[in-house]
Amino acid sequence: MTSEKSNGGKIFLGISILIFIVIIIIKPESIIPITKTFGQTILKVIPIIIFIILLMTITEYYVKPKQLVKYLGKKSGIKGWIIAIIAGTISTGPIYVWYPMLNELQKHKIRNGLIATFLYNRSIKIPLIPLIIFYFGLTYTIILTITIILMSVAQGWITEKIVEMKI
Amino acid sequence: MERKKLLKAVVKSTKPIINSAPILGGVILLISIITVVVPSTVFASIFKGNEFLNTLIGSTLGSILAGNPVTSYIIGGELLTNGVSLTAVTAFLVAWVTVGLIQLPAETMLLGKRFAITRNITAFIFSMIVAIITVFMVNLI
Repeated sequence: MTSEKSNGGKIFLGISILIFIVIIIIKPESIIPITKTFGQTILKVIPIIIFIILLMTITEYYVKPKQLVKYLGKKSGIKGWIIAIIAGTISTGPIYVWYPMLNELQKHKIRNGLIATFLYNRSIKIPLIPLIIFYFGLTYTIILTITIILMSVAQGWITEKIVEMKI
Repeated sequence: MERKKLLKAVVKSTKPIINSAPILGGVILLISIITVVVPSTVFASIFKGNEFLNTLIGSTLGSILAGNPVTSYIIGGELLTNGVSLTAVTAFLVAWVTVGLIQLPAETMLLGKRFAITRNITAFIFSMIVAIITVFMVNLI
């Protein structure tokens, strides 16, 4: 990460804290629920971050950049899309905790389309499927899951084409 | 297992996460604020237009709001009970996870401005496409 990006992160955090201060001035009673929600989210996110560090370490240690490019690069073909769909479906936690790892993959020339497809498939939450069935029914859940998988490839492909378009 | 190589791999993997900590912290704080400040009961009153407009509203609302997907299912269930169409609710559910306006600054900083903006716009459009196809297929069966 460049220092410019790193400073951007600090500015972003500063703005978020400023918004928080403004909110608690307007609605002082919200300070406890906001800090409680913040603390609970941090506690939920920590194990996922540890898991991501572990995953990145294993990849860094065992997988050579050439292999990454072979499976997820420009010439990865259908294999790449399948890996992105499966990885997106089984990955857990909030979307934003995966950004640092995806940033590292981008540096290894991983296809942007596969990153977009990975992120789109995160809308399929396997552990939450019983809850979706409870609210919306089995037929709906099956059709929605299949539609998301198929559309994720189209969305990834279109995103890649637009991102790489020379303007 | 080479110790030196392993240590290097651990350091290399931990560094991006540490560098991203302020961004992640900012996103979590913003999501916490939205979750607390915006009550879920106001959502149903936003849906008033025709089917297409409601689907657009569903996607927009899902894009703005963030947090645990469980919350989106509960809100989605409430919206259905309040007479909001399944297409609009589906667009809301899909956009909730795939589009992230709150996370956009973080995504821009880590994955690039062009990628982040394009991905979020296409994900927004596709949340409506997924909703229309899903509900059409459900009605067909």
